[in-house]
Amino acid sequence: MIRLLALLFFCIPAAHAQLSIEITGAGAQRIPIAIVPFAGENTLPPGISNIVRADLERSGLFRGLELPPLVPPPTETTSINYAEWRSRLADALLVGSVQQRPDGRFEVRFRLHDVVKQAPLGGVAYTLNKDQARATAHRISDFVYEKLTGEKGVFSTRIAYVVKRGNRYELQIADYDGANAETALASFEPIISPVWSPDGKRLAYVSFENKKPVVYIHSLADGRRHVVANFKGSNSAPAWAPDGNRLAVVLSREGGSQLFMINADGSGVRRLASSTAIDTEPRFSPDGQSIYFTSDRGGTPQIYRMPANGGEPQRVTFEGSYNVSPRISPDGKTLAYITRNDGKFQVALLDLSTRQVQILTDSDRDESPSFSPNGRMILLATVIGERGVLSAVSADGRVKQRLSTAAGDVREPAWGPFIE
Amino acid sequence: MRAMLCVLSAATLVLASCATEEQKPAGQAPVEGKPGAPQPVQTQPVKPVETPKAGATSPFAALKDPKSILSKRSVYFDFDKFEVKAEYRPLVEAHAKFLRDNPSAKMLIQGNADERGSREYNVGLGQRRSDAVKKMLTLLGAREDQIEAVSLGEEKPACSEHSEECWAKNRRDDMLYSGEY
Repeated sequence: MIRLLALLFFCIPAAHAQLSIEITGAGAQRIPIAIVPFAGENTLPPGISNIVRADLERSGLFRGLELPPLVPPPTETTSINYAEWRSRLADALLVGSVQQRPDGRFEVRFRLHDVVKQAPLGGVAYTLNKDQARATAHRISDFVYEKLTGEKGVFSTRIAYVVKRGNRYELQIADYDGANAETALASFEPIISPVWSPDGKRLAYVSFENKKPVVYIHSLADGRRHVVANFKGSNSAPAWAPDGNRLAVVLSREGGSQLFMINADGSGVRRLASSTAIDTEPRFSPDGQSIYFTSDRGGTPQIYRMPANGGEPQRVTFEGSYNVSPRISPDGKTLAYITRNDGKFQVALLDLSTRQVQILTDSDRDESPSFSPNGRMILLATVIGERGVLSAVSADGRVKQRLSTAAGDVREPAWGPFIE
Repeated sequence: MRAMLCVLSAATLVLASCATEEQKPAGQAPVEGKPGAPQPVQTQPVKPVETPKAGATSPFAALKDPKSILSKRSVYFDFDKFEVKAEYRPLVEAHAKFLRDNPSAKMLIQGNADERGSREYNVGLGQRRSDAVKKMLTLLGAREDQIEAVSLGEEKPACSEHSEECWAKNRRDDMLYSGEY
């Protein structure tokens, strides 16, 4: 319950256009799961089981089985005939129910079964308000995903992105699947480079509302924002340190585009590195020990790594003449970035131990990759039919999805952290 | 001193006679030096004077005068290049002189990049361009504290098509004075 309430921390007016998701690829081996419509779920629109099924299928790791009408439908209290479900080729079975309480609130209960091992895997009962149906369904998806794959699900996480319609820019926050989009900031000047604070409560971004790039921190729950860096010249490319108290930023106040550290309240600015090149797009490694960044000190933009306290940078990318926008995976083992490949800008993934590079996308104007917090998917911006859209690709390149809005250019996605 | 006065008065006479000869209707007597002569007011010669444009008393008017080079504000760059090309040197020199002559004037230089590649790296490219013009202006005598060089990256394209012709228009610095941004 506390977890559910934690999801409702946004108090910003709802936005108009929602993102919708289209899956354009799927994993090779998907777990067949029977998701039985929850008894009584039609009293709680938009229902539970359909959202869980869509979540699990979108991950590319599950295949929801088509089921005949079951009378009466099994629920979390039903004793399960595993042989019967095995004959329907299910490896897993999810059953549950929705009940309205006298006080108008709802109770959602479910139980997950391992059909192969013929054993229940557990269940949870939630008490919720009517408007928490989607959030509850995502929590159930997280439970199922973690029980069956051994890793945490990202179905309750949120994403940030920028929508441009005409000359209006909106920084929006939505559920990971694009639902419940809300506008955190609307402006007639560009907004770029949103990044989530480690606690998921704040965004840092660059706004051009003062006719130059200025770095802000924006608290999502109350809409309060403050300037972090507005020095003479340009202020851009914020990156949170894992402690959530400091950011790496790019400032031109001493000439050129150079890396600095600054406290989240705007105090304590200090230079991190010194070059005559463009140094930009810093990102901390998950352990906070290193900073990956883009630099053209070698003649072309390439990705470098340096100690987070400053020190000698080492070049990380070598193939190709344009490698930018480094994003380190949550486990710190792989690096996603944008590479120019035969004139096309695509998402590449570098295994930092084997040095192997894999191109993950087949689009040609990809930008701003962003790992899901479990490292399984990478969200990115691309252009299809002259319009900016968001797309996602699994870290193994097998599952591809497209998220799009009915109108406007969508760009600058940032996948938020796990919310506890 | 006396010689100089003579020269001056001679010049005045020449000018005066020129003026009267050009504008006085034929047969009319010159007006100067004859206060007692009966002359009807309407026969007074009319010396045409070009009125200044509104606001022209301020040196800042030249910034908006299409006939002044100072009204030109954009410097364009070649692909992946950051040097101010020779053709823009007179423009930058004119603005440097303006900044020198008007110490209270402040300028914002917004550097821009074309749309290809990373948005943040393009902020860096635009900054390199605005820094280049700022450096040239200060070398030509403008004060460092009169100028702020910033970058808009690829975010404010002057031209939004995806062609080299369009991209060339977007690899640009715009020089703006206080009140213009």
